[in-house]
Amino acid sequence: MAYDTNFTGQKFKVVGTRPLRPDGLDKVTGRARYGADVSAPGQLVGRVLRSPHAHAKIVKIDTSKAEKLPGVKAVITSADLPDLTNGDAGMYDILVNCMARGKALYDGHAVAAVAAVDAATARKALKLINVEYKILPHVTDVDEAVKPGAPVLHSKMFTDGVEPKPTKASNVAKRTEFGHGDVEKGFKEADVIVERSFKTEQTHQGYIEPHACLANLGSDGQGEMWVCTQGHFVYRNTCATLLGLDAAKLRVTASEIGGGFGGKTHVWAEPLALALSRKANRPVKLVMTRDEVFKASGPTSSTSIDVKIGATKDGRITAATATLRYQGGPFLGMWAELGAMTSYACYDLKNVKTVGYEVVVNRPKVAAYRAPSAPMAAFAVESVVDELAHKIGMDAVAFRIKNAAKEGTKSSYGPTYGPIGIGPTLEAAKNHPHMKAPLKKNQGRGMACGFWFNFGGQTSTSLNVTPDGSVNVSVGTIDVGGSRASMALIAAEELGVPYENVRCVVADTSSLGHNDMSDGSRVTFSSGMNTVIAARNAKKVLIQRAAKMWDIPEEAVTWEDGHAKPAGANAGNFPPLSLKEIAAAAGNTGGPIAGHNEFVADGAGVSFATHICDVELDPETGATKIIRYTVIQDAGKAIHPSYVEGQYQGGAAQGIGWALNEEYVYGKDGRLQNAGYLDYRIPVCSDLPMIDTVILEIPNPNHPYGVRGVGETSIVPPLAAIANAVSNAAGVRMTHIPMSPPRILKALDDQAKTKAKAA
Amino acid sequence: MRYEAPSSTKAAVTLLTKEKGKSAILAGGTDLLVRLKGGFVEPDLIVDIKRIPAMREIKKTASGFQVGAAVSGNELGASVVKKAWPGVVEAANLIGSKQVQGRCTMVGNLCNASPAADSVPALVAAGAQAVIVGPKKKRTVPVEKIATGPGRTSLAKGEIVESLLLPKRPARAGDAYLRFIPRSEMDIAVVSAGVSLVLDAKGVVKEARVALGAVAPTVLLVAPAAKAIIGSKLDDAALDKLAAACSAACSPIDDKRGTIEFRTKVAGVLAKRAAKIAYQRAGGK
Repeated sequence: MAYDTNFTGQKFKVVGTRPLRPDGLDKVTGRARYGADVSAPGQLVGRVLRSPHAHAKIVKIDTSKAEKLPGVKAVITSADLPDLTNGDAGMYDILVNCMARGKALYDGHAVAAVAAVDAATARKALKLINVEYKILPHVTDVDEAVKPGAPVLHSKMFTDGVEPKPTKASNVAKRTEFGHGDVEKGFKEADVIVERSFKTEQTHQGYIEPHACLANLGSDGQGEMWVCTQGHFVYRNTCATLLGLDAAKLRVTASEIGGGFGGKTHVWAEPLALALSRKANRPVKLVMTRDEVFKASGPTSSTSIDVKIGATKDGRITAATATLRYQGGPFLGMWAELGAMTSYACYDLKNVKTVGYEVVVNRPKVAAYRAPSAPMAAFAVESVVDELAHKIGMDAVAFRIKNAAKEGTKSSYGPTYGPIGIGPTLEAAKNHPHMKAPLKKNQGRGMACGFWFNFGGQTSTSLNVTPDGSVNVSVGTIDVGGSRASMALIAAEELGVPYENVRCVVADTSSLGHNDMSDGSRVTFSSGMNTVIAARNAKKVLIQRAAKMWDIPEEAVTWEDGHAKPAGANAGNFPPLSLKEIAAAAGNTGGPIAGHNEFVADGAGVSFATHICDVELDPETGATKIIRYTVIQDAGKAIHPSYVEGQYQGGAAQGIGWALNEEYVYGKDGRLQNAGYLDYRIPVCSDLPMIDTVILEIPNPNHPYGVRGVGETSIVPPLAAIANAVSNAAGVRMTHIPMSPPRILKALDDQAKTKAKAA
Repeated sequence: MRYEAPSSTKAAVTLLTKEKGKSAILAGGTDLLVRLKGGFVEPDLIVDIKRIPAMREIKKTASGFQVGAAVSGNELGASVVKKAWPGVVEAANLIGSKQVQGRCTMVGNLCNASPAADSVPALVAAGAQAVIVGPKKKRTVPVEKIATGPGRTSLAKGEIVESLLLPKRPARAGDAYLRFIPRSEMDIAVVSAGVSLVLDAKGVVKEARVALGAVAPTVLLVAPAAKAIIGSKLDDAALDKLAAACSAACSPIDDKRGTIEFRTKVAGVLAKRAAKIAYQRAGGK
């Protein structure tokens, strides 16, 4: 069906308002059903045996004792998951990650799994599985992993993207490069050059709900899965491939989701639950413990980044480079590549070059974490940008404004920008009262910018008008940030009915065409656009039905404020027909009224943000406290502004945790030391100030309402903004994230020693 | 796994003494239940002491206070103990969250034998004693004698700490406890300090006890630190000596929570700050 997705500047009645969230009552009363909240008759408890070693050859697995334990209904190893990936390297990595094949690649790597009648029996069974390991040397640090002589994880890993291709195996999986111009020439034109190296430690998305599913797979190849996921269609496709099923025969229903932030875009134990169910011929519920979530789901990369930027005395950047090393766990990722693409996306640069190295280490398989890879790159680049501004004696905001990308700028990663929001967010920051507020002793202010691509992708949406005239919207994109409310607002807007008359649900995989997952800040953009089109298609049907009821041509009917009306005096003198009246008559005018759409949503609009942060430092202990924080971000169009603010605040809150305390701590033995929320320190409420938000709306020309997507950009600037604030408060440049109290105190002490020496 | 909830200390001791397998005492359960759920411990017998009346009481005695082993943090915070020993009570009330405070106990904190236990440095500084009931006899020991290393205690088989004794406070006395945590709450001490002072009429420190947490395998009572401030009015020079003595006493480890360097330095900083609060509470100016 033909449709137009261009921005039209349409005036809104309900879009942009802040109605109550449709999932609110369920969530505050505990009625909402999450991954572990559904049970089936006869269900078994699934549990996974995990490697206690960072790197070890699996010599032998003996499951016979566990199989004989009364109450144990199935035991599986990698032998129960034959390789059906048919040469798809990425899919093969997923298979290997789900269950170690011959070699355990990290502390927590699954080696076997059991299904038993209860948790105690399952736990006992795990202890009866005898695994003989041959421990291999391991490496967990990204810099150590690229050194000559480091233990090599894969004997057949030869760096991709290097000409000629190396003949010696290494832990560098791939090299990528972006940029344009001549950086050598650019540096020669610079009056001041700042060059620094940075490190960031590995963090976890920190969603509160652990991975959980209820799997039921019969020997006839038909099955169901209830699961906590950001993409049930993708889970279906992946599980079907790994288990040799027809995708159509595996129906996946998504639970309510207790946070994902990218970590639930990837299968972890779900294929194991299905394999156990198939073997036991019983439903299997598998819920990961928190310890397992930390050790064996998908945290983000730890990184090591070198940045060099040159500028003229009057504040024009002449050249910029970055070398980025990101570890992806034991498998090839695209994490350094995303870092290399996003590093300089905020700036209009003549000469820029970024190089990314994908590094493998003995840590869990890295997954997306909210604007994956961009926060670390922004930390490194924005720290140097700040330092450069100080060195040439220019205000940090003014320096950025002078170099900011704008419409027509060729971005550092390739495309030329349309209308974008970096300039406006910087101007808004310059004029924000936060920028001028006085600071007290031991306080420092920092600011930084951030960028994220946003994404469109495959989407299928169905809108159904019920006989009583209320409206159902069925989407295939998981609601991770309020999209059910946004879709209901959009459908209400298009049809001219009250928001309260619309309910949006996330349909199962058998009810809609394939949907990509809820990632890339794509849902309100793509499902939103799809809802606009589906509603407009339904409106065409409503008009046809009204025409039929009046017995006039459909061209003679228009739609206005939720009613069909004769288009003009010539069309006839009929009183308007409400959606409700048309719906009630549907049985006699042609049957159910619906609108659908399936497409690839093209034209996602890039998004920019500027953050301002004030921090107070205790110079005797290195303790920090964020005392004020402001997020300024371009939303394109805020469909439900409260949810948009929530996304801005959530990104900042996660960024604050990452910047100050969160980190994976590995022991010398390569084992994770802090697999729990006691020692993996996400911020608690009292650690955070109220996070102020400013929503800018620079319409995306490729979306009927101007939507860009808001979920991810908000986590990009915090590491840098906080690092700049702490560095300003401490008087010493902080180059290692998290800036935990021991790191800050050490930096202060080292500086005092250097000063004492100099004196 | 058996669960027993006896109604007397004697019955509890008998159960623990007779058990051939591994046993555990359950008071608030804020440590034990977490470890059970995590699969770190699998006791054969759990003895719940919350139904023992003597263990649920706070008593004001001629020589001070007696706090039963099953008194929760919340109950302690609302009791008469707070006025006499604000540092001890604040320390106990720092443990966990509001929900945890409804369950956790000081004796549990003590017998869990973590060097980072919040209430213990404050109890050690206070000169608290533990009343231990065993199969053969009852004995009373200074609290610093209970833990012998991380997770290990000097309690013999069948022995159970029934209550803690806090001495009566003279005039011009004050105590304080401070811990360093990277967050603002819900955390475990990276390093901590408890200080208890008694001043003379002129505001000179007459008696002092200084204890440090999380800087050694057990909580440390640091005599040289006390000596550094006795006879002073807590002037800067005395405070610097206190800090130096504290740092000198530290033998911490590098771990997921902090570094040797950090703990050693911050122990002194916290001792200074806690001493200032205790001094003020004692009426010093």
